[in-house]
Amino acid sequence: MGHDHDHRHDHDHDHEPIRHDGEPQAAARVRALEELLVEKGVITRDAVRQGVDWLVSRSPGDGAKLVAHAWVDPAFKERLLTDARAAADELGLDAGPSPKVVAVENTDEVHNMVVCTLCSCYPRALLGPPPAWYKSLAYRSRAVSEPRAVLAEFGVELDPDVELRVLDSTADVRYLVVPRRPDDTEGLTADELAALVTRDSMIGVAQPRAAEPQPA
Amino acid sequence: MRFEPGQQVRVAARPHEGHCRTPVYLRGKAGTVASVHGSFTNPETRAYGADGLPEQPLYGVLFAQRHVWPAYAGPAGDTLVVDVYEHWLEEA
Repeated sequence: MGHDHDHRHDHDHDHEPIRHDGEPQAAARVRALEELLVEKGVITRDAVRQGVDWLVSRSPGDGAKLVAHAWVDPAFKERLLTDARAAADELGLDAGPSPKVVAVENTDEVHNMVVCTLCSCYPRALLGPPPAWYKSLAYRSRAVSEPRAVLAEFGVELDPDVELRVLDSTADVRYLVVPRRPDDTEGLTADELAALVTRDSMIGVAQPRAAEPQPA
Repeated sequence: MRFEPGQQVRVAARPHEGHCRTPVYLRGKAGTVASVHGSFTNPETRAYGADGLPEQPLYGVLFAQRHVWPAYAGPAGDTLVVDVYEHWLEEA
């Protein structure tokens, strides 16, 4: 807001106006890029808005539905592990614009954990926007070089006999982890199971929630 | 496709200027082809406005953690799978 009166501070030294808009440098850079791309006709503001709308409309709930269906239906699990996009289609879920989506299964022998060391590749269509820590330099470097220490910080102590397999999604593939089904969940429906499947368990840095004890 | 699952490969150790999707920590490391993902446009040229053609086959390559990180503190069985385009892979 502009003003034309003679502005007096209640102190007498000169300084640049203090700005409180708080825009982070990265955001300022993105905004400058967007201005240029719009100006040059490469993108439109409407396309940017639609892209943001799509991204924030996604949630880990879609990934959780896939996992829960895989837990209750072994044939569906095979199809999910073979072609995750086609399996998502079966449930009416959108696997998004990524060239390829691959689901990997955690078992008694192998625990999968996903990182993108180069940027922040992530199955956004099925999990929503990635958490801030997933994009941090600390996670991106330590997830490949000392993944067991990272898992321990997330509260997962992996047995030394289990192969920890870190997936670095450097290219056109987005990975979704199918975590191990929690114990004592035999009687639960797919919807009830989906409520146990957390975002972090589908990145492979956590186990799913435990089931509520069933009434005897 | 030059390589198939089970084949031993090595990530080229050559330096690279500009955009690249092959992590530096893998350069010169040997691994095993675990999966063939199909062929995709080359991000190294697409990043600069080109069409990315010809498409490059993309492989999931499995590495032993202790080979990639000699000081790796975890068990010998721990592994790393990284997606690498064919033009970065050599026979090992």
